[in-house]
Order: sequence, then structure tokens, then C-alpha cells
Amino acid sequence: MDRLSCYHCGDDCGKNTIAFDEKKFCCNGCKTVYEIFSSNNLSYYYDLQAAAGASPREVYNKYDFLENNAIVEKLIEFDDENVQVVNLYIPHIHCSSCIWVLENLNKINSSVTGSQVDFPKRTVRITYRIDRFSLKNLVVLLSRIGYEPSISLNDFDNKPKAVNRSLTYKLGVAGFAFGNVMFLSFPEYFDLATSTASGGEFWLNQYQGFFRWLMFSFSLPVVFYAGQDYFISAFKGLRSKMLNIDVPISIGISVLFIRSSLEIIFNWGPGFFDSLTGLIFFLLLGKFFQQKTYSFLSFERDYKSYFPIAVTRIPSNGKEEAIQVYDIQKGDRILIRNMELLPVDGILTKGNARIDYSFVTGESEPLSKVLGEKVFAGGKQMLGAIEIEVVKSVSQSYLTQLWGNTVFHEGRSDSFRTLTDGIGKRFTILVLGIAFLAMSFWLFYDSAKALNVFTAVLIIACPCAIALASPFTMGNMLRIFGKKKCYLKNAEAIERLALVDTAVFDKTGTITTTKRNVAIYEGMQLTQSEESLLKNTLRASNHPLSRSLYDMLAEQNIVTLDDYGEYLGKGIEGVISDDRIKIGSSDFVRDAEVLPEENTAVHISANNSYKGRFVFHNEYREGVSEVFRTLSEKMQLAILSGDNEGEKERLKKILPKLTPLYFNQKPTEKLEFIKSLQDEGKKVLMVGDGLNDSGALAQADVGIAISENINVFSPACDGILDASKFRQLDSYITASKKAIKIVKWSFALSLLYNIIGLYFAVTGQLLPVIAAILMPLSSISIVAFTTLATNMVGRKLE
Amino acid sequence: MNVIYLLLTLSIVVALVFFVAFILSVRNGQYDDSYTPSVRMLFEDELVGAEVSVDKKKNSPLNSGEVEEKEKLS
Repeated sequence: MDRLSCYHCGDDCGKNTIAFDEKKFCCNGCKTVYEIFSSNNLSYYYDLQAAAGASPREVYNKYDFLENNAIVEKLIEFDDENVQVVNLYIPHIHCSSCIWVLENLNKINSSVTGSQVDFPKRTVRITYRIDRFSLKNLVVLLSRIGYEPSISLNDFDNKPKAVNRSLTYKLGVAGFAFGNVMFLSFPEYFDLATSTASGGEFWLNQYQGFFRWLMFSFSLPVVFYAGQDYFISAFKGLRSKMLNIDVPISIGISVLFIRSSLEIIFNWGPGFFDSLTGLIFFLLLGKFFQQKTYSFLSFERDYKSYFPIAVTRIPSNGKEEAIQVYDIQKGDRILIRNMELLPVDGILTKGNARIDYSFVTGESEPLSKVLGEKVFAGGKQMLGAIEIEVVKSVSQSYLTQLWGNTVFHEGRSDSFRTLTDGIGKRFTILVLGIAFLAMSFWLFYDSAKALNVFTAVLIIACPCAIALASPFTMGNMLRIFGKKKCYLKNAEAIERLALVDTAVFDKTGTITTTKRNVAIYEGMQLTQSEESLLKNTLRASNHPLSRSLYDMLAEQNIVTLDDYGEYLGKGIEGVISDDRIKIGSSDFVRDAEVLPEENTAVHISANNSYKGRFVFHNEYREGVSEVFRTLSEKMQLAILSGDNEGEKERLKKILPKLTPLYFNQKPTEKLEFIKSLQDEGKKVLMVGDGLNDSGALAQADVGIAISENINVFSPACDGILDASKFRQLDSYITASKKAIKIVKWSFALSLLYNIIGLYFAVTGQLLPVIAAILMPLSSISIVAFTTLATNMVGRKLE
Repeated sequence: MNVIYLLLTLSIVVALVFFVAFILSVRNGQYDDSYTPSVRMLFEDELVGAEVSVDKKKNSPLNSGEVEEKEKLS
């Protein structure tokens, strides 16, 4: 297989290779980028990483709206008389070449004074002078070199968001104090200062008080600043009558602090300040570890991420102008260019509309609209430019209404009780019970020790290790999943995933690929000359269906057509010598109306006699039937599709028997379907891909979006799964179940430590040094155990 | 013998200096992006035009405690 790959982007060059500078390019765009780079001494780009580029897309006047100062102001971060700073999100950033070329933009245009890439977030912050340059020039420049920034309505108020770093500060404070207090307690550990009577170390006896008060002062910021979240959370839990895990933790911390302070005030002993600071440090460490987020993915998307920030308005005097989407008034006439999204509902007033609503409804067939018909927000114009008259503003359009559903506005975390909180309740009751029992026993036996034992029990049973088990297991699992291209929003999503017993799949784009590249020919055999003519006619067309059909047909010699015609929305026609071929919709090819078809078809006639048609089918992803078979053994399955029933028979062959199939589902119906399942007490996993599934994804216990390019977009969800990993879906669910098992084992392990500690506590012989050994030992061994165990599970994942 | 007060005070002051440095570095966003600088430093020098912020400190907030301990030992 001799495959030529493009020097710039690595795609297959196919038939129309462009040779330039002894290198091969797949298209003019790639060649142009190469020229720009090589003429600006930037060819090091290709040494860093071969074929890292992207073909630039045509940018006609797409960015004209950036000439509007009101819009520019919303996008930039900083502006003075001659310098502006902008932070742009560029989905294509994926390797070191990208970083390098974006940070050397000033070589291409000297008006750029600095640029800094933030790789994990896929953003670049660019500083540029505006005397001979502007944001529009910058965006066009970036697009020309294949790094088109994504600018959507979401960026409308581009204020630098305040990053919440409080956890890092708290961790710093706790770690700082923990280290110092450990040192200061050394003399106490070795018992060097027992008493002056037995001739302890004189020097340490002298300074004992000083050491202790120093420890006390170190612990103050730890308890009152670093540990405050636990108190707040415990208080909130108690107020809503819930005993979460933070309640026993708070009790432990307070008892530790109060008892230690009393000990040093009345000079009874050294206190437990080392355990106290260590405990809070480890707890925060767990929290910190769990905080892993995939910041370059957005799990909270709503319609704003899809909408353009501006549209072109055509006032009555005919002078086009760019206006902000929010400023569109009822009655305005706006221009929608090819491949642009309709931001509002309107009436078609000019042009050929062929609108793809797959985003909104899941219907994969674009609809043709005639003048005067209504078009709805969220549709994508597929065929040239159109003009529409606005009938509703953005906030009142159909699509926006969908987002009004409450499911998008309430966090689900309130209703979900994590494993840790579940054990927290029983644990608290148990510990308090033991503490009171032990205290009452000692009250009869030796009342002087009673309070000592009571506090000792509460101190040693502080569920530090239990609180660590889940964050470290889930945090590590989240990382492992991320390496395997399954990105989950947070640790809780893993717990939910382990519990699902019903899986609902969307069809189009989820279990089928987005490319339609299977076509079956039905009709009369074509002659050799007709086949060659067909292929050559298709070569000339840019319509997506022609392109995919062209790629499927056998290679033919390239011949120049004598005549070629393209009829928008109908089809194409090609002539060589006296052979004429028509390719397109049925009424274009033969002059009679035929029955509406359930599947996309391209009809062909040669010399005005009808030959046959190519029927396109959605291609199912690799391993779909396998995934369904394995899943059906464990849970109930269903298919929900916004599409028509055209694929029903094929689906039935692929899926296990009796899988319920539902077609023509509207987004709200999908949501209701999930809801009704949940009302039956089912835990539902929804797997979808588009805006039309977003309601269902948000409603389901776990919503996973399948995406062929994780940087492009995905609806709001709990997790994003790379499409190439679709067949592993089952193994992720199994792995999450194993993660829950690991957490439960860790609970058992930490209970073991607690029992050992309790033995010392109940018998009244808990010395600070024992607490200081047990506490970190249990925490560290739990962390080690969970890390090892999750890595073992992770190794089994493909 | 009162020199111990002086020594302890000094060591804590030094530790605090490190602690403040850590807080400031976090506040200035040094730990926000821990990946890009690691790639950036591998580029050919004459081609890097942007000012590069290199972490002089260890790359993890967890090490701050260690730093002060070493201070005290020395």
C-alpha cells in the first residue's frame, strides 16, 4: 500500500497531491502554511514533530465581526492605547510543535510582541500592538496557519476567571506546620524530659514549655484556616440531618485540639499537635489529589458554546454590519453563510436553505426549506448563504427553551450519597458509642482516667484513613481513565458509573460513525464508460455526498469533462463527448416524484434513462454488537434515536434480541424517557453525542458523550469518551466497579488500624507517640494500597 | 543558654521566608501550568522569544515542608 501522507498534516494525499519544495501536500492550504513557515524560518516546526499541522479552513469574511469594537472589547483581557492582550482557545493545540510555533508568532508578524501557550488548557495568551494590527488580523493569521481559535458566545464576557487556589494555600500551611511541629516534638518522642526528679535532660526541661507553646502556635492556623472546610461541611451536614464523613473528622480535630491545648496549659503532657497537623495535612492531600480536572475539556457546555458571537445584519439600506447575537431584534434580516449555525428562529426570505438539524433533533438528514418557511435556531445551513427574517430573539428561540429545563440548573451531587458518606454515618455512631461505653467503664474503675480515655477514643478513631481511601482510589482511577481516553468529570462519576443497571444509547453519531461511507448500489449495472463518467463528474463536485461516493468508487482514469453543471439542492450533471450523466435527487434525475425514502440516496441516470441509485447507510462503529452483547448480560439496554426508522431492520440484526428501539424521539422525549426509567428505581447510563441528547445526558445518573474529536465539542455530560474506545465501554464500567471494591477493602484496612488504636485508647494507655506513629502509618499504607490496586486494575484496561 | 531562643526564632524566620515565597509563587500562577514549561525548555534557545518563567523551586507544593526542615537541619 503506497500511501502518500501530507508533509504538513499527515493526512492521506489521495489523488490530488501537490508537490512543492520536494515535499508532498494534500491540499493548497497545507502548502500555504508550509510556505509561511519556511519563509519565516519556522521550518523547525517540522523537526519537532512530523506532520503536526492542520489544514487551514477557508475563512472568507467569517471574522468580519471582529471589526466591531463592542465585540472586540468583550473578547480581550487587556487594552490600552497601543497594546491588547487576548486569551484564545485553540482546539488544535496538541503537541510540542504547536507550542513552539504559537510562541514564535512574532516571527510571522512583528506586531505580535509575546505569546504564551497554556498546554493543559489549550489556550494561548497573545500580546500585540494595535497600530498596524488588530484582533481580526490576528485571528485570520492564526486560521491561515491552521490554528483557528474557537470563538463562541461562551467567550462573550471574557473576564479572566478568578482561579480558586485556596486548597493549595491550605495544603501549604498544613504541610509547613506539620514539618515544623514534628521537629519540635522530637524531644518529647524520646522522652528526654521525663521529670527533673529522675534526672531528665536538664536542657530540655528548661525549654519544654517554649517548645510546646511553639507547637501550639503552629497548630492554630492549621485548625482555623486549613481545616475550616471540614467544620463547615460537617455543620452543613448536621443542619440537613446528615451524618457525613466530615462529622467524625471534625469531632476528631476539635477533640485533638482542645485536649492538646489543655494538656500544655495545665502542663499535663505534650499534647498531640503533631498528629493534629499531620491529620489535616493528609486529609487535604487526599482532597488535592482528587482535584484532577481535564481543564481543556468542558463538561458544562450549554448552547452558548455552539452559538456564534455575532451575526451579519442586513439593514434596509443594504449595508451589511456585524452585530452581537444578543442585539438581534424581531424583524431584523440577517445573513447566514454556508456552514453557519442559525442563532435564532426565523423565516427564510432568500436563498436555498438546506438545514441540518442533527444538532437539535438527531435527525441526520438535512431538510430543504423553501422561501417563507420557518427555520429554527440550532440548525446549520449546508448550502450557500441565505437570508432570514428574525421572528424571535435568542432568548426566546426554540433551542434556548430546551435549556430552560430544570435538569440543567440543579446539581446532582446533593442527592447522591457517596460511599464514604454512607460509611461515615455508621462510623460516627459506633465511635461515639465506644467512647461513651469506655468512659462509663472508667468512671467506675478509675474516674481520673475517664475523660482521658473518652478523648483518646475520639482522637484515635478519627477516620483519617477512611476519608483518604476514596479520594486516592478515585483520583488515581480518573487519571488512568484519562490516559485511556475516557475523561470523566469528577471522582463521583466513577462511583455512579459502578452502580448503573440500565444503559440507553443514542443512535446517530453514537453507535454509528459520523461519516456516511457505506453505500449500496441498487439498479442496472453501469457500463465501463458510464462508471468512468460517474467518477469524473463526482470529482468536480464539493458536496459531501459526492465526496464520500467518490471515495468509494473504483479508481478511474482522469478525463476532462466537456460540460459540467451543478444545481444547488438538486444534483450534478456531467458530459463527455455525447454521454450525459445526471447524479442527484430523484426528482432531478427522473422527472417524476417518487415515494419519500427512509435513507439518503443518490440517483443516477445516463443519457436520460434511469439507471439506479446508491443508498447510503450509516456505518456502525467497530464492535457495536460486541459491546451490546457483553452489556446485555449485565444490564438492560435501549436505543433512543431522533432519526427515522430507516435503519430499524439493520439495527435488529446487530443488536441482541428484544433490545427496545425507539425512533423519532425529540430531545425532551429522550429526557422524559430517562426520567421514567429512574422513577422505576433504575440507575441509568446515557450514551449520546449531540446537543439533542444533552437533556437526557444531564438527566441520567451518568451521561457519557462519545466524541470523534474530543477537542471539538460535546454536550454537557459527566464524561467524554473518545470514539475509538467505544468498544471498551464495558471494561470501563467493570473497572469502576472494581474501584468501588478497592475502596471497600481500604475501609476494612483502616478499620483494622482503628481497632489497634482503640485497644490503646480504651485501656487508657494512648501516648502521643503512639498516635503520632499510627496516624501517618495508616494513612500512608492506605494510599499505597489504593494506588497499587488501581494501577493493577488500570493495567487490564486496553 | 538563651541562644536557643535566638536560633529557633531565626530558623523559623527562614522557614517562613520560604513559606511566603511558596504562597507568592502559587498566587502568581506558577503552578497553574506545569506542563508547558517542561516542553518549552527543550526548544532551541535562539528561537525562543517569549519570556519564560522557570520554576526555581521544586515543582510540587508538597515539598515546601521539606525545604524548611532542611533549613533547620543545616
